[in-house]
Amino acid sequence: MDIFDLIGPVMVGPSSSHTAGAVRIGLVTRKLLGEDVKDAKIELHGSFAATAVGHGTDRALIAGLLGMQTDDERIPESFDHARDAGLSFCFSNCNLRDAHPNSVRLTVKGINGAQTCVVAASVGGGRISVRELSGMPLQFAAEYPTIIIQNDDQPGSVADVSRVLAEENINIGTFQVNRSVRGGDAIMVIECDAPIEPHIVEHIRTLSCIRKAVCINPD
Amino acid sequence: MAVFDSVKELLAACEAYVLPLWETVQSVSSQQADITKEESWDKMRYRLQVMHQACVNYDPLQHSASGLVGGDAQKVRSYYEEKRAIGGDFMGRMLSYAIMMGECNACMHRIVAAPTAGACGVIPAVLLAYADIYEASEEELIRALYVTAGFGMVIANRASISGAEAGCQAEIGSASAMAAAALVHLHGGDAVQMAHACAIALKNMMGLVCDPVAGLVEVPCVKRNAAGAMNALCAAELALAGVQSRIPCDEVIDAMRVVGDQMHADLRETGRGGIAGSPTAQAFAEKFFGN
Ligand code: SF4
Repeated sequence: MDIFDLIGPVMVGPSSSHTAGAVRIGLVTRKLLGEDVKDAKIELHGSFAATAVGHGTDRALIAGLLGMQTDDERIPESFDHARDAGLSFCFSNCNLRDAHPNSVRLTVKGINGAQTCVVAASVGGGRISVRELSGMPLQFAAEYPTIIIQNDDQPGSVADVSRVLAEENINIGTFQVNRSVRGGDAIMVIECDAPIEPHIVEHIRTLSCIRKAVCINPD
Repeated sequence: MAVFDSVKELLAACEAYVLPLWETVQSVSSQQADITKEESWDKMRYRLQVMHQACVNYDPLQHSASGLVGGDAQKVRSYYEEKRAIGGDFMGRMLSYAIMMGECNACMHRIVAAPTAGACGVIPAVLLAYADIYEASEEELIRALYVTAGFGMVIANRASISGAEAGCQAEIGSASAMAAAALVHLHGGDAVQMAHACAIALKNMMGLVCDPVAGLVEVPCVKRNAAGAMNALCAAELALAGVQSRIPCDEVIDAMRVVGDQMHADLRETGRGGIAGSPTAQAFAEKFFGN
């Protein structure tokens, strides 16, 4: 935490967890999708389900999916902006297993056909934690420059990615690897110290076992 | 390690650097965040501007989605403008600003969480009222914000600034303690007096529960911002007069954390206990979320 998390964030009210955190979840989902969102199915869990309307959690999530930041004064009217931008959405409540009380599952489709499903929680003070991506467990807060890679679980894939980062002179802070079953789908989450340039992600995408790679630089 | 785990350490750092408290906070925090002092200053100025702008843009006709909040800051403003306020212009303005910010937050306008959105009115209320009456410059107010950040950091590191974790003592209470230190700074007090003001303010808020009606950051939150500002003024006046907290600030903060741990979950932002548990609040919640 730094002093500007304490005197800040600058945000649209009323709640750092239920509003600002929700905007950030929408934003991160949009970045994970990698293109403009066309369609979103949003399922709210726990306290998010109970008090979404009063806290503007619903409008905040949509604002984030549209690319608005937490201090954007258009957040209260995000539904209108979604209509103008051709983003259709629906909300429902759900019960996620072992989830944080402020959790949401977003199943989104992009304008160029990309699809993804994200489970994330708003953990307080506007901070978030992404818990699941396309059915795979993982965990990151999107506070550092982060690269998320979906790949086939093959020997050497971690080494290949590490080599690219070393060549690009990127210092790795944390490195997580998760997989569904041995030899199946895998996810790497790499948190770095310095912002990640687009060409680095391009480079990673050229590796043989990589299916998808995106980066999230904090705004 | 984030800046300042104790007030003791913070005061020692001021002596070691031979800098005023605000500047110590600025130097150490910019160093840690790897930004220049100028960048840090600009970020802080932006926060002050947002606080100010929220008050300038205040719309007395706005209401929150639930309808529970709106219009009260204007009532207080008219009241002091008509010279009817018992506490005079300063207090009238301070109370009006506190409620104004709380209303802006509930109505989904842009505010600065300081330290949280629910408690966003306390610090701007004392700063802006002070600036109005004592003609403090923008620079002085930005310095005062560094003071709030220094003490707030210690509270966040040692205890909590989250109502869900430690009740409203951690939100309005923390904001009030931070604001008290800022007032001492603005009125020419020294770092030791700031620490006393912080301790006194926090002691006065010890045990305050988090009990938002229907879970919304509206009732009792908005009016508690006014109480937090008033308590900050109280603590700052005492400290500036030379009154000392008998218990060191760090120990007060630690006690606040323990009280937070002892607080029943119903009293920590769940919207079940306290004011939220009153029959009227329960009936409202049922009506609002009923369908
Ligand atoms: S009652 Fe709870 S939600 Fe309201 S200001 Fe206090 S801590 Fe925040």
